[in-house]
Amino acid sequence: MSRPTLIALKTATWIVCLAPFCWLVWGAFTNNLGPDATGAIAFTTGRSTLRLLAVTLAISPIRRLIPRLAWLIRFRRLIGLFAFFYATVHVLTWVALYNNFDLHNMLADVVRRRYITAGMAAYISLVPLALTSTAWSIRKLGGKSWSRLHTLIYFAALCGVAHYWWQMKPGVLTPLAMTVVIAALLLIRLIPARRSSRAISS
Amino acid sequence: MLISKPPDLPSSEITSRGDYFRYLTRRRFLKGATAAGVAALGADRLGRLISPRTTVRAGAKLQTVPSQLTTTGEQLTPYDDITHYNNFYEFGVDKGAPAENAASLPTRPWTVKVEGKVARPLTFDIDDLLKLRPLEDRVYRHRCVEAWSMVIPWVGYSLSEFIRKCNPLPSAAYVQFISYYNSRVEQWSGEDPGISWPYSEGLRMDEAMNPLTLLTFGLYGETLPNQDGAPVRIVVPWKYGFKSAKSIVTVRFVDKQPPTTWNDQAAYEYGFYSNVNPNVDRVPWSQKTERRIGLPFYEQSRTTLMFNGYTDQVGSLYSGMDLRKFY
Repeated sequence: MSRPTLIALKTATWIVCLAPFCWLVWGAFTNNLGPDATGAIAFTTGRSTLRLLAVTLAISPIRRLIPRLAWLIRFRRLIGLFAFFYATVHVLTWVALYNNFDLHNMLADVVRRRYITAGMAAYISLVPLALTSTAWSIRKLGGKSWSRLHTLIYFAALCGVAHYWWQMKPGVLTPLAMTVVIAALLLIRLIPARRSSRAISS
Repeated sequence: MLISKPPDLPSSEITSRGDYFRYLTRRRFLKGATAAGVAALGADRLGRLISPRTTVRAGAKLQTVPSQLTTTGEQLTPYDDITHYNNFYEFGVDKGAPAENAASLPTRPWTVKVEGKVARPLTFDIDDLLKLRPLEDRVYRHRCVEAWSMVIPWVGYSLSEFIRKCNPLPSAAYVQFISYYNSRVEQWSGEDPGISWPYSEGLRMDEAMNPLTLLTFGLYGETLPNQDGAPVRIVVPWKYGFKSAKSIVTVRFVDKQPPTTWNDQAAYEYGFYSNVNPNVDRVPWSQKTERRIGLPFYEQSRTTLMFNGYTDQVGSLYSGMDLRKFY
């Protein structure tokens, strides 16, 4: 890929990834986030996190299926870090707007409410992934253990989906589409690599 | 949405919406007016162009009188938010669904049946109910068990005034309120498959007779929009919102605690009393704080008050009761 193309695509990725955040900032400024602004912030950042996690998870399977698109790997870290960015804003919403920084309240929340437990587990498992996202970390850890560490993203995605369902009212099926996508992206990894690569080469 | 104006209200008696500014202090009015002016000229308008929140005025104006029992010192939640952020599961479980779907609710003709432990069963026509007592403007805080709240200028009169007309027998210890239900009109009512309709709520007789409990016909000086429980509902401001039954068709006086919809769903979450109580946690939501609807995100959070701030008026109803047990 030529350098100008790469720069153009990276710029586009930044724009797309930042769009929900810009929408929130704009909405907050113009008092246009709907009746429950806090709820809108929580929902938008949570949904963006899961969407970007799904895109991050999609890159490896796509490369396996379509070797021509192998260059997509150059975008995975950026998108993964954006997922972490939205997860962080999401958690800060909970800390500041829902709990007024009340540590006691937050701990009680984590223990008592399974959707908070799952959400917190997802976020905590994303932290080491963000911290070891640099090329230096990969060298330092060695590719193998770095890869093993980064399988935590599967756990994060599962917890994220559970968190999404558990905070919904019964009867609301909004999380269904995201659940199907993430389940497919995780299940596709169970197909042994050799068989699929032979299928491609034949 | 079409609601015919009660025919016997001459237009000269109609209260103008502007009268609501009476409830604001002069300073807040000026502050609010300045802010509104700036907002109208500036970004707010642009924002609404992109995602307009339409103001559909459903209501006919009601003639009202002031009330001693009104809550002062709170900024009113905007009409658009009160009418577009609703829990009314018969019309869908999403907050925005009732505003979209409730137009089909047939609010005229409408009668309210009174039955059970009464001297004799009665049926009231809605237009007679509207004239039974002078309609009062009552601003109340409204606290949902989902940890959000509003400040709403309701229109109605104390339920006790209505109950006196019903001549309940001494054996009437509770009052049950049953909401309108028609599965063809409310085709969204299956979205939460656990609920068996019609919606039912109830109060102990002394709670129902407390002057704060409002038989409610309107908000912001106009008849209730359908999604807010037209044409008549109750409002019990010291209890979580689900206790305030909407679109009431039957009032039944009973000698035992009646079955109530959310209590039937999950008794450990939704007690029969369900008084607003920051000290009694629920599994889905902490009740210590709440989000005030319609404010910028950084101004929404507030500390939840015992009995939603109405302890002086209703605290004595529960003296000697363990409110952790009777939650």
